[in-house]
Amino acid sequence: MAKVPVQFTLNGSEKAEFVESGTTLLNALRDKIGDTSPKGGCHQGTCGACSVIVDGELRLSCLTLAETCNGAAITTTSGLAEGGVLHPLQRAFLDAFATQCGFCTPGMLMAAKVLLDHTPDPSRDDVVEALSGNICRCTGYEPIIQAVLTAARANSQNAA
Amino acid sequence: MALALQSFATVKDASAALKAAGTRYLGGGTLVLRAANEGDVSVSGLVRSTDPALSVITVSGGTIRIGASVTMAAIARHPELGQLAKAARAVGGPAIRNMATVGGNLFAPSPYGDFAVALLALDAMVSTNDGEMPMEAFLAKRGGSRAIVTSVSFTRPAQGSFRFVKVSRVKPKGVSVLSIAAILEQAGDGTISSARIALGCMADRPMRAKTAEKALLGRTLDADGIASALAAAGDGTAPITDPIASAWYRAQVLPVHLGRLLLS
Ligand SMILES: Cc1cc2nc3c(=O)[nH]c(=O)nc-3n(C[C@H](O)[C@H](O)[C@H](O)COP(=O)(O)OP(=O)(O)OC[C@H]3O[C@@H](n4cnc5c(N)ncnc54)[C@H](O)[C@@H]3O)c2cc1C
Ligand code: FES
Ligand code: FES
Repeated sequence: MAKVPVQFTLNGSEKAEFVESGTTLLNALRDKIGDTSPKGGCHQGTCGACSVIVDGELRLSCLTLAETCNGAAITTTSGLAEGGVLHPLQRAFLDAFATQCGFCTPGMLMAAKVLLDHTPDPSRDDVVEALSGNICRCTGYEPIIQAVLTAARANSQNAA
Repeated sequence: MALALQSFATVKDASAALKAAGTRYLGGGTLVLRAANEGDVSVSGLVRSTDPALSVITVSGGTIRIGASVTMAAIARHPELGQLAKAARAVGGPAIRNMATVGGNLFAPSPYGDFAVALLALDAMVSTNDGEMPMEAFLAKRGGSRAIVTSVSFTRPAQGSFRFVKVSRVKPKGVSVLSIAAILEQAGDGTISSARIALGCMADRPMRAKTAEKALLGRTLDADGIASALAAAGDGTAPITDPIASAWYRAQVLPVHLGRLLLS
């Protein structure tokens, strides 16, 4: 199978790899680059565990080909904490018990981050809508929704 | 299995590559890569065109043209496509909408194809590298088509004339029990002068409810006026059965949801 060059920025660092043509972004990130924060749950677009942010938009890395991301800026959950300090969303997920087995958590965090990037002061409905492509088998969703609302409030207080 | 992807700057070159056996066009990939991940080995290669014209929405005069690579998210946030936003937002969750293209939605089998249902009610024209044809003709032969869809275009519906509903069990993003799009125009006396109704999940692909459309002409939009249209809503339908709903259930609830949509 032909190898193709793929270059993108991952959490602010330049990455350049050769991947087999047709490799999904999920596999490229996990197997080639070693960023295992996006999880492979269903590989069917249904669970959202593999969600990453590509050029500011939430995308499912299991249904995205790595080679279509040339030149893109990609953010994964590995890039959320800065200088060892957790992102407000990560802090809120921990504090609110919004993570149990943790499998869905990276995808949830990515979906929540895109929401807060565009809508810093979301309503509960906005949060439900933003997380609607992500499945959690453990938490019952309510702690996750509350964590995102808490992080949003913390952000708006910081901004004030 | 990995699928080699070939990208071309022009639709013409992509179309030539698509003639090779086992190749499939790649839109947003939400169906085609899903199938590959599931082990569908009927496809061995993917082809796409990166022509920027495929991602353009143009609104000129009363005509709207949407490039085949435009995503549901782009339609939902476009300031001049407000009437269609509901239909675009009906497609999957946020990540799916960022990836799912209009071109791909035209090929999505039931229970998918919610936006295609809207386009059928809008009487859209589908442009391909092989020429242009009405939605209905396109849908009828989409399975055998090797042409690349380049855009869809339609006349902007008069304000308030377009209605859309997606009925699903899981809110906000479950797949359709059924979806209905309608364009209704009323004469000065309030009677219906023209009606186009499109249904999703009532066959393997979006279809028009032509008997119901005829039954609405000259009638008023009230319970009595729409009664015969509701009685005819299921004419010619062959609803799908899937884990969301049986064909029987879909047939039973179609008139209920059509009635609500017409009276809303
Ligand atoms: C979890 C999940 C939820 C979903 N929910 C919904 C939903 O609620 N409603 C809904 O309608 N759909 C839904 N879908 C289905 C799908 O996402 C959409 O129908 C989408 O619009 C398909 O577009 P695409 O660009 O991703 O298609 P692709 O997967 O890229 O392509 C689909 C088919 O169309 C062909 N094709 C694509 N573009 C062209 C073109 N320009 N010319 C010729 N052929 C082309 C491809 O070759 C392929 O055969 C869902 C999918 C998933 C995975
Ligand atoms: S692994 Fe991508 S959506 Fe489930
Ligand atoms: S915490 Fe286990 S799946 Fe969400």
